[in-house]
Amino acid sequence: MNFILGFLASIGRTVLNGLASMGRIALFASDTLSHLARPPFYWREFLHALVQIGWLSLPVVGMTALFTGGALALQIYAGGARFNAETVVPSIVAIGLTRELGPVLGGLMVAARVASSIAAEIGTMKVTEQIDALTTLSTNPMKYLTLPRVLAATLAVPVLVGVGDVIGIMGGFLVGVGRLDFSAATYLHNTMDFLETWDVVSGLIKGAAFGFIVALMGCYYGMNSGRGAQGVGRATKSAVVAASVLILASNYILTEVFFSS
Amino acid sequence: MIELKNVHKAFGPNRVLRGVNLTIPSATSLVIIGGSGTGKSVALKCVLGLIRPDSGTITLDGQDVTRGDRDAFLARFGMLFQGGALFDSLPVWQNVAFRLLRGSLKRPLPEAREIAIEKLRRVGLKPDVADKFPAELSGGMQKRVGLARAIAAEPEIIFFDEPTTGLDPIMAGVINDLIREIVTEMGATAMTITHDMTSVRAIADNVAMLHDGVIKWTGPVSEMDNSGDPYLDQFIHGRAEGPIEAVR
Repeated sequence: MNFILGFLASIGRTVLNGLASMGRIALFASDTLSHLARPPFYWREFLHALVQIGWLSLPVVGMTALFTGGALALQIYAGGARFNAETVVPSIVAIGLTRELGPVLGGLMVAARVASSIAAEIGTMKVTEQIDALTTLSTNPMKYLTLPRVLAATLAVPVLVGVGDVIGIMGGFLVGVGRLDFSAATYLHNTMDFLETWDVVSGLIKGAAFGFIVALMGCYYGMNSGRGAQGVGRATKSAVVAASVLILASNYILTEVFFSS
Repeated sequence: MIELKNVHKAFGPNRVLRGVNLTIPSATSLVIIGGSGTGKSVALKCVLGLIRPDSGTITLDGQDVTRGDRDAFLARFGMLFQGGALFDSLPVWQNVAFRLLRGSLKRPLPEAREIAIEKLRRVGLKPDVADKFPAELSGGMQKRVGLARAIAAEPEIIFFDEPTTGLDPIMAGVINDLIREIVTEMGATAMTITHDMTSVRAIADNVAMLHDGVIKWTGPVSEMDNSGDPYLDQFIHGRAEGPIEAVR
């Protein structure tokens, strides 16, 4: 009996802790966004974050998209051959990439690269009293550190997703034409014929949501980092895990909202 | 004048400050001494508003520090952190001129740089340090850059958190002399926390001994050696035996 009660209590504690964390993250997000309407806005920090998060993530997102597009073309061709539907390769590659794989894989790659680096940077700043120093220098850390990063990621990730979509489709095209004997004109024709604007736009909206999540998690865990190297390491790991899980969960919710009807 | 009245602060079950009463008259230098973990840094951070006390009042010239315009309040302060707390991503001159590059004290870029270089010179650093990054400097140089940043906007009140920790005796002496000179020259109110008794004698007008979350003794530095207070006596002579337990 005691064992069962203990087990139930541990489930209850976990749920309560989870809810408390969600509440703290929601407050952190609202605090961050509230600074949008309150000057000053630190443009230099914003542009720096835009380069760090957007431009420097381009190679990793591009490579991921290229190989995913190629692999997707091979898989769909192999699967489609079972019922003589090999011709759907271009359209399914394009729809699959723009709606799902482009934003999700792009988001996860950015989470690995950016959430970790933001959490480690801000966590180290906290441990070395740089956050306190900012405050004593009349600079609000939320305004100076968090808002520029969150805003930059929210704007940069959809652009990365858009570029990733193009590169991914190109990956599918290279495999389709080079390995699967599609003619270049037919491949492009099939891609364009079946792709709708909403397929692309829905993916870009997802990208913006994932960018927001990635930067928010990096900043939240960095700002709440524990002491010492272990504290910063734990904050970095938590930021990547939380960002990845939230990306996948919010992807399901957004897909439900966008396409369930 | 800074005044702390019956200030309490606890972190969970750990009651760090248990009723601190302290007065720092304007244009004087107070040094707070005490063992590790006795709440010196917490007291200092409470005054700056980095930590909110559980109870008690802290006033600056009669005004409660937790109320009113926070930016205007902080603009009156400069702070030297224990580890320097320099921003790694900015070159030295931008660290020093941080306050002069944004906010209410904003100056044009060339003027801010000129002030930064002048402040670096004031703490004994050459102008070529200005374009280096903090990671390229030694510990002593980082401390001096931190000191230059603390005085860059010519604050009325300067706080020093363990200014000589981790420095060799000669560099510690240089920092102590700089602090004394700058405080005297600027007519600033200074509050320093340290374990280093050489620093205490070099920097302080008045000394306060914090132990068990309360001020055990306070008075002019000249009376420190003949205070008759057993806690202060044990601390300044570094004795293992006495009312302060070695294992805390």
